[in-house]
Amino acid sequence: MRTHATTRIVGASLPRKEGIDKLLGRALYVDDIGHEGMGYGATVRSTIPRGLIRSIVFDPRIDWSEFTVVTAADIPGKNHIHLIVADQPCLADGQVNHCEEAILLLAHASKQKLREAQAAIHIEYDPLPPILSIEESERQDVIIWGADNCFKSFLLEKGDVDSAWGSAAHIVEGEYRTGAQEHLYIENNGVIAEYSAESGVTVRGSLQCPYYVHKSLVAVFDLPEDKVRVIQTETGGAFGGKEDYPSILAAHAALLALKSGLPVKMVYDRMEDLAATTKRHPSRTRHRTALDRDGKLLAMDIEIATDGGAYSTLSSTVLSRATLHASGPYVCPNVRIRSRSWATNMVPYGAFRGFGAPQSIFAVERQMDEIAATLGIDRIELRRRNFLHDGDTTATEQVMREPVILDQLMDRALDESDYHARRARFARENPGSPIKRGLGLAAFYHGSGFTGSGERTLNSLAGVDVTPEGNVRVLVASTEFGQGTNTVLTQIAAEAIGLDMRDVIMAPADTGIVPNSGPTVASRTVMAVGRLIERAGLQLVSTLREHAGLGERFTREEFFAACEVHRAAQGSVVSLCRYEAPPGIFWDDQKYRGEAYPAFAWSVQVAQVAVDTVTYSTEVEEFWAVQETGRVINPVLAAGQIEGGVAQGIGYALYEKVVSVNGRMANSQMTNYIMPTAEDVPPIHVYFEQIPFRHGGYGAKGIGELPHDGPAPAILNAIKDATGVSFHAIPLLPEDLFAKLATHYSAEAAAV
Amino acid sequence: MSACWPILHMTVNGEDRAVQAPPMKRLLDVLREDLRLTGTKEGCGEGECGSCSVRMNGELVNSCLVPVLQAEGACIQTVEGLAANGELHPLQQAFLHCGGAQCGICTPGMLMAAAQLLAVNPHPSLAEIREGLAGNLCRCTGFMRIFESVVFTTANSAEDSANRGAAQAALAR
Repeated sequence: MRTHATTRIVGASLPRKEGIDKLLGRALYVDDIGHEGMGYGATVRSTIPRGLIRSIVFDPRIDWSEFTVVTAADIPGKNHIHLIVADQPCLADGQVNHCEEAILLLAHASKQKLREAQAAIHIEYDPLPPILSIEESERQDVIIWGADNCFKSFLLEKGDVDSAWGSAAHIVEGEYRTGAQEHLYIENNGVIAEYSAESGVTVRGSLQCPYYVHKSLVAVFDLPEDKVRVIQTETGGAFGGKEDYPSILAAHAALLALKSGLPVKMVYDRMEDLAATTKRHPSRTRHRTALDRDGKLLAMDIEIATDGGAYSTLSSTVLSRATLHASGPYVCPNVRIRSRSWATNMVPYGAFRGFGAPQSIFAVERQMDEIAATLGIDRIELRRRNFLHDGDTTATEQVMREPVILDQLMDRALDESDYHARRARFARENPGSPIKRGLGLAAFYHGSGFTGSGERTLNSLAGVDVTPEGNVRVLVASTEFGQGTNTVLTQIAAEAIGLDMRDVIMAPADTGIVPNSGPTVASRTVMAVGRLIERAGLQLVSTLREHAGLGERFTREEFFAACEVHRAAQGSVVSLCRYEAPPGIFWDDQKYRGEAYPAFAWSVQVAQVAVDTVTYSTEVEEFWAVQETGRVINPVLAAGQIEGGVAQGIGYALYEKVVSVNGRMANSQMTNYIMPTAEDVPPIHVYFEQIPFRHGGYGAKGIGELPHDGPAPAILNAIKDATGVSFHAIPLLPEDLFAKLATHYSAEAAAV
Repeated sequence: MSACWPILHMTVNGEDRAVQAPPMKRLLDVLREDLRLTGTKEGCGEGECGSCSVRMNGELVNSCLVPVLQAEGACIQTVEGLAANGELHPLQQAFLHCGGAQCGICTPGMLMAAAQLLAVNPHPSLAEIREGLAGNLCRCTGFMRIFESVVFTTANSAEDSANRGAAQAALAR
């Protein structure tokens, strides 16, 4: 194994590269940027979940000649947003398929006049019957998408599940549900678009994936690739919520810019962002598990259904990840996973940190506790008996070639949380107390990078160049939105080349400047793109040694002098590298068999809860997260990822409920969509075990999504531990606890 | 039309400023649009997220809820007024060191809330820090490193190391 025994910069908690700009308030987010003579854009949206547009009436009291009005008829190219399947229109044309679907766009120089005009457009519909749940879509009484309402289905089979039931000592069944979740980045979606005949379309904005937006705009505007330019501005949080949606918003603003001839800014307010943009897919997962007398898994039969919303967006890939995480970090000889994503007339669901994994891990990790209770085996022991180890195979028959240290992570989690002593204390204190305390845990993996052949298909290109001013620039389309891309990639470049952090800067995330290093998603950046930067840095040094007389050891001045020698001979100093798949990778996309991910990050989390049996509120009092994510490049930033992910996972479990009425979000405000505050988040203790991954940037694996996978099952398992009552759905609000616990406690009282 | 708007005077980050604006215009918009102080951010527009927090006459306010007329004659501090003489404010240094800022969009408001907290309570307990920052939402950090940043600031400003030890003990809870 390639080791990085001594590194100067990788592994150090260097301060965030763009941190000072953010702290001084001078970092420019999209809404901080203005242009002389700029117009503002607004969207007129559907108020019904499904129907035909009968008429659009413009109130004659408004002087419409002042406004730029764009409809589907103004689209020069294709009226669809290019993601995976071209089913989502850029603007509704004759029919709407969900509430808040964009029908018409307006631009004006005055925001105030824009609001008045928006309210003065009246749309009449011939309503069609909507589908608002997974179950209605499954029934297929009404077909709203394709032949059967099903966006995508997977069938993954290992061994022979049906042969296992007869010989099983135990069979345990369970059904688990998860709700929608809003990203709630504090900066709403926003872009500024410009159009000119010479340069084509230019869009600046808050986004994760400049080349996704680029690809979408090329189709909507029917322009050559070099006439579309997408530039990321400082981005105030994303979490997946700015992976797919910015393609829509960018197209809208650019259509207004094309028609008005002015730069057009569109920045959503909170209500519009909450109501109209994507959320995490709601899910229903059913487990049927066969076990032998000792609690060893014999068969897992798992059925997953997700609500995809009205258009397919990323539902197929979210479903893929849900499928590939559904059987947990366990060995089982016979596995069948059937999964389907269903069309409904809900606002389309999209990418969100974890991308399907939090849904299916919630199910399997709750199911493991239910199995333990049914069999009378300790839940830790049950997990240990079934953990994956080196050389074992997963549900896709991927052989665990890298070390798997689940037992070690479990030991550490139990040790750091003082699990047994705390649990004994709660057993003494709970009886007679209105506050019931409990501990729960979850063990899981998260696959790093794109699924299966995905990384090869992406074919990412990234590298470094050297400017005449004497800076090394990191050339990537991988974006910074709080997770630390800028810092970690400059650390890697500086390490590989042998420079200091101050000598390395990030090139702007601008499709006119940087190559396509793939989307900033799927916990792939540090592992996959970081590896490209490491290789590009080493390649640059070796080129300079070969062709520009750079010595074996060199100073900063000698390095940049050699760069100028090279520039004089070659015209530029650039080193690019393309993705190379680790050897021996096999993936069958039809049978879903083989190497599902290049690497897995592993974690065991422990939650301590206090359930108040008077108010039915649940407080997470303390949280421990132990993980193995390969080499940690920047410990402070890495811990920040874990803590933030855990907090978001706590919100997912106990706070965040999207209330929909007839397909429309009824709580599209921060006042009533509640996330955990500074007073709600418990102390979160973070521990890393490090096993460098030979194909990741300086040994790194994915980290960003992992921490969101565990809190929901760990917390609900802790509530079961505290109260003796099992809950099978999140979000779990006090009213849900009341509905079940009140009966439980009155029955208990009656028994006494 | 605009000639009818009142001219309002206020001190912003130590400088006298005059703006002519509709009296009900949000202080947030006056800061961002009229004074081009875009460090103050809008997150929700309804006083829930605290991104637009500024200090006004020694109080922490959500500038999205303050009509500018109310700021007539007021003394206002925004994130742009924290650093002085080319040096980061101790809170800014602490946020940089401890990883208290991630995406950075809540950071200006969070810094103002923390500055307000330390102005009225130079040595807050962890519970007091949590309460002092409860009106400022951060979606990235899970708040841990923000608490640590505030503790770090107080510990570094403390004259004796005992205080520093106490602060660190408070963090460990």
